[in-house]
Amino acid sequence: MAKIIVITSGKGGVGKTTTTAALGAGLAMRGKKTVVIDFDVGLRNLDMIMGCERRVVFDFINVIQGDARLNQALIKDRRLENLSILPTSQTRDKDALTHQGVEKVLEELRNDFDYVICDSPAGIERGAHLAMYYADEAVVVTNPEVSSVRDSDRVLGLLSSKTRRAEKGEDAVKAHLLLTRYDPARVAKGDMMKVEDVLEILSIPLLGIIPESPTVLKASNLGSPVVFDEQSNAGRAYGDSVSRLMGEQIEMRALGPDRRGLFQRLRWRTA
Amino acid sequence: MSLFGFLRRPKTASSAETAKERLQILLAHERQDRSGPEYLPLLQKDILAAVKKYVQVANDKVQIKLQRGAEVSTLEIDIELAAPPPVGLAPLPRHRSLLPRAT
Repeated sequence: MAKIIVITSGKGGVGKTTTTAALGAGLAMRGKKTVVIDFDVGLRNLDMIMGCERRVVFDFINVIQGDARLNQALIKDRRLENLSILPTSQTRDKDALTHQGVEKVLEELRNDFDYVICDSPAGIERGAHLAMYYADEAVVVTNPEVSSVRDSDRVLGLLSSKTRRAEKGEDAVKAHLLLTRYDPARVAKGDMMKVEDVLEILSIPLLGIIPESPTVLKASNLGSPVVFDEQSNAGRAYGDSVSRLMGEQIEMRALGPDRRGLFQRLRWRTA
Repeated sequence: MSLFGFLRRPKTASSAETAKERLQILLAHERQDRSGPEYLPLLQKDILAAVKKYVQVANDKVQIKLQRGAEVSTLEIDIELAAPPPVGLAPLPRHRSLLPRAT
């Protein structure tokens, strides 16, 4: 039985899709059968970040509407045999998602995989609601910035009231905080909220701290989940987060941005 | 700033500290608003309209809190009225004017 995990945030542009790709690929690298699903109907992007955009034939909506079988829509990743992608439709809108349809697809996937990772659209409308509704756990992606933290708080409220677990009175959806675009240098200068500040405000357990890093953009340029770049700090930070998601205890480290060697760092200090 | 100005610079809150404080205040309110049932804001609007028929109150001076307990739940309505009129004009007891007059 798979664990269903939603990657959500409320606010757009904080790194949900990057995180979905990285955590999905990271779990598959550790031998877990994993599928990542794009819930952002009409604004399909997970396929690009995963690097399989030219292999999309059928999508999530086709399966929901009975126009294709789930096996026809699932794309097997060429790098990791444990990893599959279920892309969404680029032409339909969010009304094409139905509770019944989503539930049926998720139940089918639950039997075949260890992890089902749902990439939520931004906002708190239908797509976001359905992405979180069936979740067992949630990764709340947050930037250390006021509007992102506020939206995350709102999403945490929804996770504790508008999900199947909440409605059925089962154990609450387990929410983790993933702090992204973190810049220790700006934190040191007092220009950015500290990890501790965000944790104190949102009071949920911390899954990881992903540094602001040029590697992330490079990874999306290439369609290669950033976790594959094990030399980069962003890749390593995602790797640590994957381990924690699997229940391992790993010391938290706030890594700096990539591509700043010792020499550059010295120059930075004295500038 | 003079060369050693940083030694004397008064300590001001960093922008990150300000961000944290603003969020803490805002979220305390927002969490309270969504902790109650969905009809609470509507109820607040209706009560405000009813009170305004008789006395002047500012929109933000009506607070409604619903507290659910195991045995009893309470609905707390807190209406802050403006300062009483100056002495000399016969002051009505506060709140009393809202009650129907006995005939």
